[in-house]
Amino acid sequence: MFLKKDIVKSIDRDPLRRQIAKRQLRDRLFALAGLGVMAAALLVLLALLGQLAFDGIGRVSWQFLTAYPSRFASQAGILSAWVGTVLVMFLTALTAVPLGLGAAIYLEEYAPKNWLTDLIEINITNLAGVPSIVYGLMALGLLVYEFHLGQSFLTAGLTLAMLILPMVIIATREAIRAVPPQIREAAYALGATKWQTVRDHVVPYSMGGILTGMILALSRAVGETAPLITVGALSFIAFLPHPPLSSEFPFFSFQWLFDPFTVMPIQMFNWISRPQEEFHVNAAAAGVILLLMTLAMNALAITIRARFRRRIHW
Amino acid sequence: MNAEAVLKRAEALRLSSRLLSHGKERAIEALLLFAALSSVAITVGIVGVLVYESIGFFRQVSLLDFLTDRQWTPLFSEPHYGILSLVSGTVVTTAVALAVAIPMGSLIAIYLSEYASRSIREIVKPALELLSAVPTVVYGYFALLFVTPVLQTLWPELPGFNMLSAGLVIGIMIVPYVSSVSEDSMRAVPVHLREGAFALGATRMQTALRVVFPSALSGITAAYVLGISRAIGETMVVAIAAGMQPTLTWNPLEPAATMTAYIVQVSLGDLPHGSVGYQTIFATGLTLLLMTLVFNIAGHVLKKRYRQVY
Repeated sequence: MFLKKDIVKSIDRDPLRRQIAKRQLRDRLFALAGLGVMAAALLVLLALLGQLAFDGIGRVSWQFLTAYPSRFASQAGILSAWVGTVLVMFLTALTAVPLGLGAAIYLEEYAPKNWLTDLIEINITNLAGVPSIVYGLMALGLLVYEFHLGQSFLTAGLTLAMLILPMVIIATREAIRAVPPQIREAAYALGATKWQTVRDHVVPYSMGGILTGMILALSRAVGETAPLITVGALSFIAFLPHPPLSSEFPFFSFQWLFDPFTVMPIQMFNWISRPQEEFHVNAAAAGVILLLMTLAMNALAITIRARFRRRIHW
Repeated sequence: MNAEAVLKRAEALRLSSRLLSHGKERAIEALLLFAALSSVAITVGIVGVLVYESIGFFRQVSLLDFLTDRQWTPLFSEPHYGILSLVSGTVVTTAVALAVAIPMGSLIAIYLSEYASRSIREIVKPALELLSAVPTVVYGYFALLFVTPVLQTLWPELPGFNMLSAGLVIGIMIVPYVSSVSEDSMRAVPVHLREGAFALGATRMQTALRVVFPSALSGITAAYVLGISRAIGETMVVAIAAGMQPTLTWNPLEPAATMTAYIVQVSLGDLPHGSVGYQTIFATGLTLLLMTLVFNIAGHVLKKRYRQVY
């Protein structure tokens, strides 16, 4: 009698227990899978960084930074490439920052609700999804051949500026939107005009987010290769552009804007596509420096974000 | 009398300065509108240039040949203009990339949003963002000189240029795009939905897969579409690691050129402006743009369909 009851109990409970145990086991395996995949992605990142550093770091030297490209791998350097990157980035920032900031301010603070605003908004989201090489094609047809700017620094800077403009606008809008409306109302109540409110309150208070977005966008532009190949970057430039400043009157010149250009990723690509192994070492070294540039910009963006987040309490 | 004149004068001055500042306000607004319109000008420029040059191309090559010819040899003495050879390269590398990125990105997103502790999330998220900060040319180096040799030890007959390693590396590259957008939308699912599932005795995995994932599907679709358009448009990795030879093949173990790689290859050479060869890159670019546009629109439609209102 007693025995029978126990048997009944065990028959009833065990499948349920087993079911629960099975489900819990599956849950744990699933969590493990998630953890494993995450670790795998990070391991790949480590492998990539490790491989690049292992191949290239021995080649990074003062000579490498101050030499022009050469037919001999051991004498080649990246002087024209890094100078090119700095100059192109300068032009890109000079174009994309004011345009992006202006567009974002307009869309967040001024834009009425009408078809034009809708058009601009839809247009910006779609532009962000256009492959970067398509910007290169556009710049080739329009800037190089239609406006006759040539395959120059100016073309390169404008191309990358157009490429990152949607990114800059989206990031700046997000930053501006984080400023609470009470701030604006308080400014209006004190008699400030719209522009005064924007200039003295909205933009300064969202500066952290704006700067972060702009630096991140520029760090994307530093590594961009494809659109610059399309507009005609040269991969073998053994001279520097005309200096923008000089000791003679009128002390500055815009000649450099129309000089042929190269940038870091183009130089690296050129070295990768050669069959000789010594050039691959150069490519790795250029990659190390390129990566340091983008990582430094990312780190700067993260620091700025953290600093501003700590300082502002609404 | 005198005082009245002064007052009047002051009033007039205030009015004029107000008018002046009003004018300044309007001028600034116009300038800002101009900045916003510059983005529209870019789109007009892109569509205009691609369409204009493609019209020149299609004057000399029939659309039928373009779509049905099985060879792409525009620079040979007997040219063929079959875009399918380039589309196949793009489709294969994108498919390989998505086979990596969608499962990995989704699993990472589920883990980060449903399982991971706050401290793990704080460490892993910036590290993953780093994956998307690495320049694509560095990924190309990695694909050609690390992934391909590793694959060759497993598969000795694998050629030095192949779509598999390029696709795998693109997959890893777009994991952070897929995972971060998916995770954001999963974390936006209200907690009470999860609590409801837990109260019914669901495990975390069941809750994640059957409650949170479907509720966040709208945002997850957007993440997938973002990944797809990045993979289609990716250029440097395929140009470096997949080879530059246009071949109509669906086998990822073979070398083949994608649409983007072809554009790079032609741009590296020196084709005369206005020739058919020069126009081919614009026709290719237009095809590429249309493909990404189709996916973006599809994504938009799906995103709307799956949108949940809590």
